[in-house]
Amino acid sequence: MTVLQPNSFRTGPDERGHFGIYGGRFVAETLMPLILELEKAYNAAKTDPAFKTQMDGYLKNYVGRPSPLYFAERLTEYFGGAKIYFKREDLNHTGAHKVNNVLGQILLAKRMGKPRVIAETGAGMHGVATATLCAKFGLDCIVYMGEVDVERQQPNVLRMKALGAQVRPVVSGSKTLKDAMNEALRDWVTNVTDTFYCIGTVAGPHPYPAMVRDFQCVIGNETRVQMQEAEGRLPDSLIACIGGGSNAMGLFHPFLDDKEIEIYGVEAAGHGLGTSLHAASIAGGRPGVLHGNRAYLLMDDDGQITEAHSISAGLDYPGIGPEHAWLNDMGRVKFLSATDDEALAAFRLCSRLEGIIPALEPAHALARVAEIAPEKPTDHLMVVNLSGRGDKDLDSVARHLGGRL
Amino acid sequence: MTTRIDRRFAALKAEGRAALVTFLMAGDPDAEACLAIVKALPAAGADVIELGMPFTDPMADGPAIQVAGQRALKAGQTMVKTLGLVRAFRQSDDATPIVLMGYYNPIYIYGVEKFLVDAKAAGVDGLIVVDLPPEEDEELCLPALKAGLNFIRLATPTTDDKRLPAVLNNTSGFVYYVSITGITGAATPDPSKVNAAVARIKRHTKLPVAVGFGVRTGEQARAIAEGADGVVVGSALVDAVRQSLDADGKATARTVAAVTDLVAQLSAGIHGAKKAAAE
Repeated sequence: MTVLQPNSFRTGPDERGHFGIYGGRFVAETLMPLILELEKAYNAAKTDPAFKTQMDGYLKNYVGRPSPLYFAERLTEYFGGAKIYFKREDLNHTGAHKVNNVLGQILLAKRMGKPRVIAETGAGMHGVATATLCAKFGLDCIVYMGEVDVERQQPNVLRMKALGAQVRPVVSGSKTLKDAMNEALRDWVTNVTDTFYCIGTVAGPHPYPAMVRDFQCVIGNETRVQMQEAEGRLPDSLIACIGGGSNAMGLFHPFLDDKEIEIYGVEAAGHGLGTSLHAASIAGGRPGVLHGNRAYLLMDDDGQITEAHSISAGLDYPGIGPEHAWLNDMGRVKFLSATDDEALAAFRLCSRLEGIIPALEPAHALARVAEIAPEKPTDHLMVVNLSGRGDKDLDSVARHLGGRL
Repeated sequence: MTTRIDRRFAALKAEGRAALVTFLMAGDPDAEACLAIVKALPAAGADVIELGMPFTDPMADGPAIQVAGQRALKAGQTMVKTLGLVRAFRQSDDATPIVLMGYYNPIYIYGVEKFLVDAKAAGVDGLIVVDLPPEEDEELCLPALKAGLNFIRLATPTTDDKRLPAVLNNTSGFVYYVSITGITGAATPDPSKVNAAVARIKRHTKLPVAVGFGVRTGEQARAIAEGADGVVVGSALVDAVRQSLDADGKATARTVAAVTDLVAQLSAGIHGAKKAAAE
């Protein structure tokens, strides 16, 4: 199938928030004025040099950026093919890429004079980042988290509480990330004047997918410069895990128009794509409308959303960001998947060979690196987004591996 | 073009009273019991019937309607069955307007064109789709109007005078004023604020304005009916369904009466309302 390719993949969305047929603003009327207000405030901030100066300062001195681009020498030797680099988002303050976006949104909340911040979280990394920046900037913070995730991500629940945030376990629906997002939207509909909704991924109604992407693009922008410094040229391939897809979009977007660069997104295949227990919305879903946007979703034939499954709470979401959906249809990003077991094997391998314990989310990307890297020549430069650290996952990994950590 | 909705509101205006709009979830607690309840509504005093199209992720709904949707889905409700319910109701009632209310995804997956044809043929008069604001009118609103169905929009306390014209444009049948900022069934509206908001909307439109979200009793219905052209009650009715079920969640001999008793109380409240002023 030939898809007519645009001159640039970086011009979206249109003024109504569409990436091709995806995206949009599918929200209740109560929220529509709030979303328009947010869009206006974001557009003003985006072009305000003072906002950029403020962002850059905190990114450097509070988050600890730039994060290193690290040559994973022993993993490269082990696979015997491509030269593998890690973009070390795990070294950011709070331990994942999530903080890049949250910093931007919290500064925006301050500009808009909103004293109360709500967020949804799956693995808890976005919740921790939001709790952290709310503490730093003196804002009230309420985090919605599915009851199932509260149980499997206890360390992050405790971190959020220590930071002064209120964690509200969500018991509706499947009690995971999608239900936490429903509950956050219900909160926002109720508290319309004082509340800022800090969405953690490149999904939701316009302008969130574009705004979160813009804040995460620091990952790819740094990678361009760092790879030039390390190798004197751009990478040959990029690979990242995808739940909603914010770490992937942050790495990919600055490279989308370098058309010779191969780009891979890795979804969570859970127990396998042939089972009903996975979270791969591109491989196993179809276009639909949920949480304010149109994108690929896991659902049944009657349009009812089905439950996602992944060992990684951060990938356990039945949808994907609308721009990823469009990049898939355009053929610009190739979407792959990795099962729970493959991610666990990659988790062990990376920990043992590199002395880096990855989160289970990027372990999914590492699982596909294990297949792609050996096929490539030794001068092929591959960047893996190591989007978060794995401390939070040690309990659940130990449970799955039966103590064979 | 007039629909059953237009005709019903015109008739009630001539009578000088507001409409009682009753919401129930299609297929709750199961298809058969739901049809029995719906068939009993007009005689109990319902003027317009709203049927929820169950959805797994009802983002604007409170716990009562969330669990009503879950009961229906668990009992096997589908869009085909929801349209079948309307068709079955129409065999014995060709006058009471029926509005389907819900979220866009089940309609989108059914197929917009096919849905509109099938809904019209089944005897549906109007649609309320919570997650389709005017910004997304091309998706369903404009095709629905073309197909001869009313598209009823929600106006909310956050819809200011500047935005109201955009919300009212392409709205037909009636305007549904959401009386609170919040989810369904969550809070009790303040009648004086609601009546002021209704008056504000009426300055922008000739359409009837119905008020919903949080109305539970005959007394509240009466207070709202003094300013509005219709009062929508949902959470209280689906709660009545829930409370009538047995330990296994099955309908009992009491289920229909539990709903119709409450509908009769609400209807009495509305009949007791004194219209603020002739329009």
